[in-house]
Amino acid sequence: MRIAIENGRVIDPANQVDLQASLYIAGGRVLALGAKPEGFEADRVIDASGQIVCPGFVDMSTHLREPGQEHKATIVSETKAAVSAGFTTLCCTPSTAPVIDTPAVANLIQERAQLAGNCTVLPIGSLTKGLAGESLSEMGALQEAGCLAVSNVDRAIKSTLVLRRAMEYAATYDLLVIIRPEDQGLSEGGFVHEGAVSARLGLPGIPDIAETTAVAQALELIRHTGVRAHFGQLSSLKAARMVARAQHEGVPVSADVSAHQLFLSELDISGYNAQCNVRPPLRTESDREGLRAAVAEGVIGAICSDHQPHEVDAKLDVFQSTEPGIAGLETVLPLLLKLVDEGILSLNEALARMTAGPASILGFECGQLNRGSPADVTIFDPKKQWQVGDASWLSAGRNNPFIGQTATGQVTLTLRSGQIVFDRNS
Amino acid sequence: MNIGAVRTFPEIGGHGTPVDLQLDAEGKLKHFLSIEGLSRSILTEIMDRAESFSSVAEQQVKKVPLLRGKTIVNLFFENSTRTRTTFELAAKRLSADVLNINIATSATSKGESLLDTVRNLEAMNVDMFVVRHAMSGAAHFIAEQAAPHISVVNAGDGRHSHPTQAMLDMFTIRQMKSDFSQLKVAIVGDVRYSRVARAQVHALNILGAEEVRLVAPITLLPDEIESLGVTVCHDMDEGLADIDVVIMLRLQRERMKGALLPSEHEYFNFYGLTEKRLSQAKSDVIVMHPGPINRGVEIDSAVADGDRSVILQQVTNGIAIRMAVMSMAMQRGEG
Repeated sequence: MRIAIENGRVIDPANQVDLQASLYIAGGRVLALGAKPEGFEADRVIDASGQIVCPGFVDMSTHLREPGQEHKATIVSETKAAVSAGFTTLCCTPSTAPVIDTPAVANLIQERAQLAGNCTVLPIGSLTKGLAGESLSEMGALQEAGCLAVSNVDRAIKSTLVLRRAMEYAATYDLLVIIRPEDQGLSEGGFVHEGAVSARLGLPGIPDIAETTAVAQALELIRHTGVRAHFGQLSSLKAARMVARAQHEGVPVSADVSAHQLFLSELDISGYNAQCNVRPPLRTESDREGLRAAVAEGVIGAICSDHQPHEVDAKLDVFQSTEPGIAGLETVLPLLLKLVDEGILSLNEALARMTAGPASILGFECGQLNRGSPADVTIFDPKKQWQVGDASWLSAGRNNPFIGQTATGQVTLTLRSGQIVFDRNS
Repeated sequence: MNIGAVRTFPEIGGHGTPVDLQLDAEGKLKHFLSIEGLSRSILTEIMDRAESFSSVAEQQVKKVPLLRGKTIVNLFFENSTRTRTTFELAAKRLSADVLNINIATSATSKGESLLDTVRNLEAMNVDMFVVRHAMSGAAHFIAEQAAPHISVVNAGDGRHSHPTQAMLDMFTIRQMKSDFSQLKVAIVGDVRYSRVARAQVHALNILGAEEVRLVAPITLLPDEIESLGVTVCHDMDEGLADIDVVIMLRLQRERMKGALLPSEHEYFNFYGLTEKRLSQAKSDVIVMHPGPINRGVEIDSAVADGDRSVILQQVTNGIAIRMAVMSMAMQRGEG
């Protein structure tokens, strides 16, 4: 199919493009930007006037729940929600059941995603067998099965030695190691940030030193092993500064933050709001400001959804008995635009954190509009107002603390490899 | 800061106004979940009403007909003898029907969710839940979910609050001392795990105490506890200097396992309340304890049973305070 997207403002951060132009797509790939190629006859012309045309978003951390927790969500439901929110590539965390520690599970997820036909799903392999933190997973085979990265997500690694060996082994295959930094000894039994709010509410705390000591330890091992490493979902100002210092010293390390961490803080837990039960926990307002600054400086190169859909009952209990996580895919874009509105980031920088940023961390061909590359394109109306959680909501999880709020900015059309995978007007 | 879920958000990423769960539209007590967020006048009203109920216990027929025909459910997810008994006695003296449900041996251990337990009891047309639970925020959750006509009284939730205990302590202090604004109060011991201490700190601050001083080793104090409006002291002798009221907290034996304390012996040596230590305080100091006491661990028997101790008076006052709170929460809109 030949598609012409006309009259939009095309922003492609990877190529420093920001201009009013038309984009031409043929054979699933980007054909041209600007002047219409000679003899190009569009099968479909999309009028994008007043809209922004950019590369499809890339999410560094999505919990798809399938296989194993289909009562929460499925690959079909969540990839559909993803394309409606502008995402064309998702990194699926290995905490499925069974976990992604064999090629069979990695293949199954990719096949089901392909069958769903919405967006690309990149499985993240488990760093250790069964995520148990004790022995190495078959990283070579996982890489052959399509895993670009390995991670132990939020599960404990038994010893520093296991982490060291896992990094060394991952470095053998030039696999990216994604670390969710948390010292499990310091965070054990905790639920919320340890500080004034946990003292008041009587909730066991997870101190910020649980994150910083884990970052310090990992940085030393990264320096030693030379592995390509990435910190997922930073939550504290101090950790962001440590990463900045390491980057300055030339350590090959990147970082992301989940969009909700840039808006919420421990204060939002007042009244035991279970929708704000997340890991890592929401920290102080100064942590939030520090994370925003790190995003603006580029220390944090990607903003992710850390999407964790739940069934309703998972949040209907006493705070400590509720399951942590936010179904965040569909609020990332409006939150991002809010950061732009507040002057934290330019629109180009904001979109870079969703496209070129994660793409370069992953080393995957996505998140840009280079001529000849797969046409993953998102078109959104930056002024469109909608209510979070309204009839347009597609994730099976409605666990999102922003539900009921008025959002500005909504995706109208999403293309993946030149195919229209989402069209709000049809 | 207020109590209650954040419910109203205007614009994405913004922050809502917390909804006050405890008070109804007229500012009357609907649920009693936490001391925090209540006014001095409500705390005073609770104590005044308790005072009027104190005489009921001395009557030949120890009953008033205020809650006749009402059904109160004691929903205890955690064992407790004194608190449950005094709530039961208080309800019976108000002529209510009382149902005791010990959940530790009941439906939730068969896998029923807390919400289902509450819904089932609601379907039996009860009027009030008195809730004791091992997790902070349990009473809040039930108050949020319960039908509008039902009142919830927190009988202790996790480490968060034990508001009737704090009020019976304030009532006892008021009986013994006249003016809160002149009082220096020391709370000694395991503040980290104590719902009683948190509730007392709020109550003393709302009632205008001159100083609330926490005395404990650093391991037994929550991070940033100073933000609740207290001074902190790690030395027992300094901590008791010039004090009008000493409140001792119970020390759980589990604390030795969690690397919070080395031994009971060392704890008693440095933080146990003895006659000698008590001499640092003002001569008319009173000694309080929410019970049950660990003799020889946090308090010496000579002090617990001595003439400065008001520990049993606290227990007696517990009934009047619970009568006051239950009648206030149930009588809203009827007076």
